[in-house]
Amino acid sequence: MTELDASDAAADTLTGGPRRRRVRTGGRPAGVPLPLLLPALVGLAFLLLPLLALLLRAPWRDLPNQLTSTAVWQALQLSLVCATAATGVSLVLGVPLAWLLARTDFPGRGFVRALVTLPLVLPPVVGGVALLLALGRNGVVGQWLDSWFGITLPFTTAGVVVAEAFVAMPFLVISVEGTLRAADPRYEEAAATLGASRFTAFRRVTLPLIAPGIAAGAVLAWARALGEFGATITFAGNFPGRTQTMPLAVYLALQNDPAAAIALSLVLLAVSIAVLAGLRDRWTAAPS
Amino acid sequence: MTDPTLPPSKPSDKGLDAHLVVHRDTFRLDIALAAAPGDVVALLGPNGAGKSTALRALAGLTPLSDGGLIRLDGTDLGRTPPEARPVGVVFQDYLLFPHLSALDNVAFGPRCQGVPKAAARELAAQWLERMGLAEHAAAKPRRLSGGQAQRVALARALATHPRLLLLDEPLAALDARTRLDVRSQLRRHLSDFEAVAVLVTHDPLDAMVLADRLVVVEHGRVVQEGTPSDIARHPRTDYIAQLVGLNLYRGAAEGHTVRLDTGPAITTTEDLSGPVFVAFPPSAVTLYRDRPTGSSARNLWRCEVAGLETHGDQIRADLTGELALAADLTTVAAAELDLHTGAPVWATVKAAQTHAYPA
Repeated sequence: MTELDASDAAADTLTGGPRRRRVRTGGRPAGVPLPLLLPALVGLAFLLLPLLALLLRAPWRDLPNQLTSTAVWQALQLSLVCATAATGVSLVLGVPLAWLLARTDFPGRGFVRALVTLPLVLPPVVGGVALLLALGRNGVVGQWLDSWFGITLPFTTAGVVVAEAFVAMPFLVISVEGTLRAADPRYEEAAATLGASRFTAFRRVTLPLIAPGIAAGAVLAWARALGEFGATITFAGNFPGRTQTMPLAVYLALQNDPAAAIALSLVLLAVSIAVLAGLRDRWTAAPS
Repeated sequence: MTDPTLPPSKPSDKGLDAHLVVHRDTFRLDIALAAAPGDVVALLGPNGAGKSTALRALAGLTPLSDGGLIRLDGTDLGRTPPEARPVGVVFQDYLLFPHLSALDNVAFGPRCQGVPKAAARELAAQWLERMGLAEHAAAKPRRLSGGQAQRVALARALATHPRLLLLDEPLAALDARTRLDVRSQLRRHLSDFEAVAVLVTHDPLDAMVLADRLVVVEHGRVVQEGTPSDIARHPRTDYIAQLVGLNLYRGAAEGHTVRLDTGPAITTTEDLSGPVFVAFPPSAVTLYRDRPTGSSARNLWRCEVAGLETHGDQIRADLTGELALAADLTTVAAAELDLHTGAPVWATVKAAQTHAYPA
């Protein structure tokens, strides 16, 4: 009996020992070196301060009036329509392009991939100039579009969609290509052995499997298109109701009506936060 | 194009007649495979032997190299894309489409063959019924157990009415208990199947239970072919001998004595001449600490223990020395002999327990 008690006590000490030690370790202040902590905090403040300022200086009382003005609604509506259309164009052209890059092997594939991602790093204004040279009234392709079909893209709403798609599509392509590479290609092989052509396999097997990646890519492209400024103003101009999207309206309002600019900015901020919230599981969760 | 080299089997207009040639970097697969409708053939071999490549070549997922040939029911399929081959595949991890229900997975094949949606689903329901999975028709693959997923995969492959059914390690993904059930069910379904079935496995038990004929593949070549019992009795390579648990040696026979390529001789009951194999089970080996004096065994070798491991309720001793061999003995015997790695022992085998056959 006494022996048993003694061994029980010994077992307690054994199991209790490490636990107590662990508590002590956890209680110590986190050992973050100051040369890392300080810049990190400054960086955080730098990122958050402008957004905070936007909220602080917002004309909250006047906001309902600002937001219900026709000019704002026109710009917002145009922005939403154009960004959505640009996302649609990106989906129709970008998903097949991503498939081509991920699933086929052709000479110069790496080079093509680099070209596709170029608009990601290209200054948008340069993109706008390039679009003008290609699709403008006297552009390489634009002159034929004009003389054969009577289609003019620059300085039209369609031009806004073209400019936004040019800038936003690479985001979708890269996102979808990554998802495709992560997806098991053997499902497509399984589909082939069941008699599915390569296109049927893509439509009925691959597409549903990579749907989450496509959705994420589409939201990313949409958000990018919504905020597009440089390529849009260069290629499509700044005509209220026709090509003046929210970012353009914000910039213009800042010259003569700062309160309106802040109100418009708040709307775009709200949309951005909504997008981030929609993607939180995918993008903001820290990899662990 | 020159005439392709035909496999050594007789060409037939029914069943499978294939010469699978695939070159890849330093690996070369070159095996002939022939089977009649109703046959179940197992490709048995160690990992990396080329079994899976052979299966992929049959399915059309890996292209044949020059000299390759696949003829099924008299039709040349060598250049036919996978979707146009009357071939069904059960993949090792099944590859059930995760976004489709069990029913829609099975209906996928018929749909691709142009069967209208309702009819394809009806057909799929019948297949699931036959597999005893009617109540799981609406379940997504992740809700199925390993055994159920295996049957759905089999139903999916069979629903296209293939003339050649391929199974890649059909039981490898299952745990030991499920394996037993699924193996006997699979055997039943395979014996009902009227066309050619080829399965790939590295498990000799699966191969012997499921197949009528084994084709043993090593290093991309066929090293032995025959019925399961024939191969179990007369292994021709170390790999098969180990699989079926035999000590195997190659040598030249002269009457009842076989002079092994490695030096020592083994006395056998068979009277043979020329190159032969000699095989005996590890349980036929008797070990002594000291040289036995009164023993009638003429096969006596001085050995050394290289390793010991438990093997069921027995101890398997790995011996090196005059003759490398495996010996089984009871735990008590092992203790009495004071066996440990490096211990010297004498090993004997009675001639009556050896088996010699022409190489």
